[in-house]
Amino acid sequence: MEPLLKARNLSKIFGSGCQHCIAATGSEAETNVCPHCNSVVACNDVNFDLFPNEVLGIVGESGSGKSTLIKLTHFEWETTSGELNLHRSALPDGLGELLADTVDQYTRNLFALSQFQQRQIRNALMGIVYQNPYLGLRMNISSGGNIAERLLGAGWRHIGKMRERASELLEKTEIPISRMDEPPKNFSGGMQQRVQIAKALSNNPLLLLLDEVTTGLDLSVQARVLDLIRNIQSEFQLSMLVVSHDLGVINLLCNRTMVMKHGRVVESGLTDQILQDPQHRYSQLLVASQL
Amino acid sequence: MNLRSWQQNNKSTPLAGYNFGFMDDSAKKEVRRSLLKAVAIPGYQVPFSSPEMPIARGWGTGGMQITLSLVLPQDTLKVIDQGCDDSVNAVNIKKFVAKVAAVTSTTDTHRATVIQTRHRIPEEPMTGEQMLVLQVPYPEALRDVEPSELETRRMHAEGDYARMWLHLYEDIVRYGEISISYRYPVTVNDRYIMDPSPIPRWDVPKLHMSETLYLFGAGREKRIYAIPPYTSVIPLEFEDHKFRVEKFPNPCQRCGSTNSYLDEIINDVDGSRQYFCSDTGYCDKRCT
Repeated sequence: MEPLLKARNLSKIFGSGCQHCIAATGSEAETNVCPHCNSVVACNDVNFDLFPNEVLGIVGESGSGKSTLIKLTHFEWETTSGELNLHRSALPDGLGELLADTVDQYTRNLFALSQFQQRQIRNALMGIVYQNPYLGLRMNISSGGNIAERLLGAGWRHIGKMRERASELLEKTEIPISRMDEPPKNFSGGMQQRVQIAKALSNNPLLLLLDEVTTGLDLSVQARVLDLIRNIQSEFQLSMLVVSHDLGVINLLCNRTMVMKHGRVVESGLTDQILQDPQHRYSQLLVASQL
Repeated sequence: MNLRSWQQNNKSTPLAGYNFGFMDDSAKKEVRRSLLKAVAIPGYQVPFSSPEMPIARGWGTGGMQITLSLVLPQDTLKVIDQGCDDSVNAVNIKKFVAKVAAVTSTTDTHRATVIQTRHRIPEEPMTGEQMLVLQVPYPEALRDVEPSELETRRMHAEGDYARMWLHLYEDIVRYGEISISYRYPVTVNDRYIMDPSPIPRWDVPKLHMSETLYLFGAGREKRIYAIPPYTSVIPLEFEDHKFRVEKFPNPCQRCGSTNSYLDEIINDVDGSRQYFCSDTGYCDKRCT
């Protein structure tokens, strides 16, 4: 089986950058701020393959570059360097030109595309759920409208059909249909998170990006949201990139895991393996502090 | 007759001390260049400098600058405000243009070569020999959904109109139909979403595949845009919620017209509702 998405040498540096930035930061240097030019190396030289129907976890402490990785993959931030290639089987219609000058089964570098093309790819393939529902939802617009926005962007022009799709998704995410026309600002945190998930699923994405989805929810709500994500993953055959600092979440959802620290991937492998036999000093600390 | 030969025959400009058409030649040239660009990219808002005019910005300076840059002495000008030839603003603009550019003026849509208007398109069909100049208060159709100019420009550039559609979706969910009564957004030439200026829905279908050149000027916001003849102009609508125009229960009480846009007027004496054509030139013509 070939990966759906290949990421190579992803780097993001905030600031002017200098020749010492890379060498002077990272887990050895125990910082991600370059002492010479004060640039922040948010992530550097990150590689991963994401296979179809696979859940890849990214774990690490605050400021380790986990969310940066999600934002780069979602084309929200520009990369400093790196490549992202998509398998041709996943390429949406009308973007065939992205394969024109490639020799293998993959598109050319998605980071080099225009914003317009990136948005096309995002609309057709990706869904994202943020930690803070205010980032992913329009709080003053009805929940149904929030879901419809993605459909409208993909060219849907039939109110009845869009409402049908929205109620289908809200049902799946356990929001009462009777509250479909209420704005999410009226909802509890857990419900808002579930509306966000419904919105992310509206365009039948192949790739779901989850950025600390359960952080800030109380334990019983957390369990329900995680349950929902698991069900959705198996029902829709999604590939997911899951960012969390909570090893419990990672353990529950992910097949494979990368451990990040100071903008570098320090260890990666099967989730079980990392949890039971961590190799890197930081992974050991992480696993030990969980218990 | 071109302007040069007219000026040779007449020793001075129509208003002594001022250039023909009030604006100086370079300013008129800039407006015309913006107009050419606007015609070449239907529905695209072209920025222009919008110099000071002898009336305040927001009172029709955009339309006035287009009119003054285009008229020749042999033109016949009609100016209307909400369909009315006799409102103060319309009369003053008409007098001003006549004074500085020696044009003749009319209230007859058919006879006019240039019509400047605010908030209406005349009822009588216009021809390819005529031009309609619309005064525009808010040229940005997306302004209601996005306050940032930088962002709306990006949305136009990328054709990213989901939020405009979402606005209409919310309207339907809340009120059962789209509640926009004027400034109804349209898609021009399958590309840009455009604000047709505050014309009622009634006038929107007149923009589609029209023989006439429509020019839009927003003086305060410094934007010019255009719909060239025979351009598709489609109001935003859903498959199951179609665009529709206003319906009037009664005919015009003065001329009896049943297919014109009517103003509702409350009779001061007995408080009754009366309906009259909003286009006074059209109504007068039917009465004579």
